[in-house]
Amino acid sequence: MRKFLLRRAILAVMVMLTVLVVAFALTRLSGDLAVSIAGPNATAEDVVTIRKNYGLDRPLPAQFVDWAVAAASGDLGRSYLYRAPVWGLIKERLPITVCLGLIGLGFALATAIPLGILAAMREGTLLDRAIGSVTLIGQAMPSFWLGLLLIITFGLKLQWLPISGVDTWDGYVMPGIVLAFSAIPALLRLTRSGMIEALSSDYIRTARAKGLSTSSIVLKHALRNAAMPVVSVAAVQLGFMLGGSIVIETVFALHGVGYLAWESISKNDFPVVQAVVLVLATIYVGLTLLADMMNAVLDPRLRGG
Amino acid sequence: MRPVLEITNLNVGFPDGTAAVRGVSLQVMPGETHCVVGESGCGKSVTALSVMNLLPRGARRSADVMRFHDHDLTRMADRHIARLRGDKMAMIFQEPMTSLNPAYTIGSQMAEVLERHRHVSRAKGLDRAAELLGKVGITAPGMRLGQYPHQLSGGLRQRVMIAMALMCDPELLIADEPTTALDVTVQAQILRLLKSLQQQLGLALLLITHDLGVVARMAQRVSVMYAGQVVESADAKALFAAPAHPYTRGLLDCVPIPGKTAPGEPLGSIPGVVPRIGEGYVGCAFRDRCAYAAPACKGEIPRNRLSPDHETICTRSGA
Repeated sequence: MRKFLLRRAILAVMVMLTVLVVAFALTRLSGDLAVSIAGPNATAEDVVTIRKNYGLDRPLPAQFVDWAVAAASGDLGRSYLYRAPVWGLIKERLPITVCLGLIGLGFALATAIPLGILAAMREGTLLDRAIGSVTLIGQAMPSFWLGLLLIITFGLKLQWLPISGVDTWDGYVMPGIVLAFSAIPALLRLTRSGMIEALSSDYIRTARAKGLSTSSIVLKHALRNAAMPVVSVAAVQLGFMLGGSIVIETVFALHGVGYLAWESISKNDFPVVQAVVLVLATIYVGLTLLADMMNAVLDPRLRGG
Repeated sequence: MRPVLEITNLNVGFPDGTAAVRGVSLQVMPGETHCVVGESGCGKSVTALSVMNLLPRGARRSADVMRFHDHDLTRMADRHIARLRGDKMAMIFQEPMTSLNPAYTIGSQMAEVLERHRHVSRAKGLDRAAELLGKVGITAPGMRLGQYPHQLSGGLRQRVMIAMALMCDPELLIADEPTTALDVTVQAQILRLLKSLQQQLGLALLLITHDLGVVARMAQRVSVMYAGQVVESADAKALFAAPAHPYTRGLLDCVPIPGKTAPGEPLGSIPGVVPRIGEGYVGCAFRDRCAYAAPACKGEIPRNRLSPDHETICTRSGA
């Protein structure tokens, strides 16, 4: 178990280093930062001054090391746009994004797992195919469009839910559903295929030969073995939701990290872009590690020994 | 004495049109070992699974009589049969490596049988599990209870499966090729164990095997199956002394018999393969491989009673 986790942790550190490099490189690839910070009306001298003040005239490796060292010690730099420490900006917005991500994942799991189990138990029947086509629709529907449909239906026509902001809890419902929709197909298909495999296994035949109840056979014996890929992918999906909620936060006017990222990308506020990528990547790596640990709990064979 | 298990005219068909079991009848008496022997694909496992109602989805089962004690299995819904499975009738399988759930400990998987059928606490279940692990010859049963299947060898896992099958003191144990996947030395141990448990507990044992050596060691009664039918059924001694059906004789010629087979003497073999039998098949399914095949073998095949407990279906009556 300890060896397994150690291996995973080393891998996580390597991933983080890669992310640091990529996050840094991407912002540098997007053009001359000094020019875009200076704005369209700046003179050539202004640009030179900015380049010097921000240290953009120094060699790239030096800039990278400075940033990486500072970031590792918790200093993510200052936003040019907000003229405030980047970490403060992110910290302020993170709860909204995390909350949204968790609600989205909750909706997704609560839908995908029961439907996946049902489809597996009725493999090849009409019900199975109906569930399959629902996932196809879910996958094919762009989330901004679904978001707008929900806003029109439940926000404007029926007026059940607020159309923007999260001043009250029910503001999370629609964005949560939209976010969940994109995660459901993969989770559902994994649950279904995992359950089909588990249900046709020898140990399920043994469980049936023991006379166990259907619920015990399905939920205790089969689901536990089918759950591992679902856990792994759910962690990845949550990472996607946290990083990829940009569109949804924009549609529903939620001022979370996604919105901040979108804003800073369009304004070329590169310290914020770098920091957001880094923070989300850290969360992502943390989630994968968590999934590995949960899988080790689920499957004794992974614990080694 | 009434049989523990009584099957008359069992038929099982699969969705692809295969008739896997055709008119099988057999009885298992209390405390008796009844061996069902035949090649792969002859329907012996399907027969066993029919009794437990564990056939794969899509399989159709019908029987004139299928009775376990006073329970008419043909008329019971699966959730009622489930109450008998693991309780009064238990089954062990060919694949000990995959038949235990990898995610749960041995103790948990054993105890849940007793929890399900006797509604006892986990602690009581574990006590019983430890007792039975000892009984099937596993040392340090207390330690084994906390182990996972992947930590045990194949032989140990099969012992665990046997112990698990005995949790509720079943009257009928169905063993489907229980030793096929094991090393030869372990096979002998498991067979000895089954035999001694059967004698100690007065179990009725329905033993499915393709191995005539196993039959010779274990059986009181034998049903020889070929292409979904019981072609010969007899008392074990009578069968080995005077096999009537050409297929049974062919099978016996394939194995060396100590004291009878001379050193260097070539063993027999049965040419050809088992045909795939669809529904509505008429005639003897063995005729293409049989040295005595005659035109009559394409028609209805008579059932011959050679003695009160020796039956065969063959055109060569009294052969």
